[in-house]
Amino acid sequence: MDEQLKTTCLHDSHVALGAKMSPFAGFDMPIQYSGIIQEHNAVRTAVGMFDVSHMGEIFIDGPDAGAFVSHIFTNDIRELEPGRILYGMMCYPDGGVVDDLLVYKEFESGYLLVVNAANIEKDYRWMLDNSKGFEVEIFNDSESWGQIALQGPKAEDALVKLFGIEELRELEFYTFYDLEDEEGGRVIVSRTGYTGEDGFEIYADPDNIVEMWETLLEDGVQPCGLGCRDTLRFEAGLPLYGDELSPEISPVMAGLSMFCKLDKPEFIGKEALEKQKAEGVARKLVGIELKDNAIPRAGYPVELEDETVVGVVTTGYHSISLDKSICFALVDSAYAALGTPLFVRIRKRVFPGEVVKKRFYKTNYKK
Amino acid sequence: MSKIIEGLRYSESHEWVKVEGDLAVIGVSDFAQAEMGDITYVDLPSEGDEVEAGEEFGALESVKASSELYSPVSGTVEAVNDELEGAPEKVNEDAYAAWIIKVRMSDPSELDALMDAAAYAEIAK
Repeated sequence: MDEQLKTTCLHDSHVALGAKMSPFAGFDMPIQYSGIIQEHNAVRTAVGMFDVSHMGEIFIDGPDAGAFVSHIFTNDIRELEPGRILYGMMCYPDGGVVDDLLVYKEFESGYLLVVNAANIEKDYRWMLDNSKGFEVEIFNDSESWGQIALQGPKAEDALVKLFGIEELRELEFYTFYDLEDEEGGRVIVSRTGYTGEDGFEIYADPDNIVEMWETLLEDGVQPCGLGCRDTLRFEAGLPLYGDELSPEISPVMAGLSMFCKLDKPEFIGKEALEKQKAEGVARKLVGIELKDNAIPRAGYPVELEDETVVGVVTTGYHSISLDKSICFALVDSAYAALGTPLFVRIRKRVFPGEVVKKRFYKTNYKK
Repeated sequence: MSKIIEGLRYSESHEWVKVEGDLAVIGVSDFAQAEMGDITYVDLPSEGDEVEAGEEFGALESVKASSELYSPVSGTVEAVNDELEGAPEKVNEDAYAAWIIKVRMSDPSELDALMDAAAYAEIAK
């Protein structure tokens, strides 16, 4: 194993379960246990759990915490009530994306920012570098937290059984509760996820997370790897940083303008995003559905009938829930309208398809 | 431990060959299917296509990745296993029963370059 590779608190459990392990974002992570299709279906029809302990937790506090988060975050947290969560991005001045993240408004004071594992150091630096003039404390506490994502239509039942707290059923979408473990340690439970299903994310100290994981296993919850995490989020139309959002792919290009509040007085990247909205962008992220079962993969060219290349696939699968070959692709904006016929070159052949909505699968959030 | 069958010939790219006269029946090894995981699509050539030893003739696709198929021998595709189009999971269920193509060999001496079961067992781990 690579000496640089980090492990999560649940690593031993993954190995004991016989998971297929692979490096992801600098961590040795489980890709699958029993199989991607079975794990995917468990989340769509019952309940599955993911080790997402590699995600980053950065706490922002101090007198200017609100003003600072508002400055670096595209969504509008100014009226966000304690216990509520918003999704959005941190952008560069040119509108490119530093990361996409969740912002939790804490009950006492300050904010918790949950960021992608691959970007923890970069994000933390970015925050420090842009904090001049703000009276804030920025604390990267990622190493102190483990995290489990409990997802699926039966996630609520599994959660209530795990904690023995019936009131957890009342938790609303994109809100969280603070709980205490037996030693008085903090446990955060939010109704959030990355699968298109109802579900929760549980944050706690690593020992506690290991204990919860083992209990959930005993309760029959299917352990799920990063393999199906990607197929699930993709079907639900959710972007992955690095594929559908990046320094080169802005939220406007990715069709995520709804998370960029341009009526806010100020935030990093606002002017560039305003300009992109007003003048249009050269490329847009679209969904493409193929008429054949051949599978479009990231990097495959998207073409017109005359073989002119007009784009590239960013993520593609034969959808497990929909039994269709579909992909996200970044294409010239002239070919981004719904219904536009486009072709994907797969090995030596081209396969016809058309532009469809990116939310391929109807999500089942409890709102 | 993956299954390796005595009497078959194996390529470094994990195809197996069963020789039936001048026909080479070609599939992928149990090791290959286990490495790939759930196979969801098989990209097959057409009957009558010419294939060259070491050249791509199709692909297997799992949920996560595609994996090209390389013909261990040269010749003409005599038959393709159409059944796999509707049921690609048969490759996972029994990789040695789920043959992919049959090639009428133009140069059976190419078989000598392939591995026997013992030699293949060394690389399939």
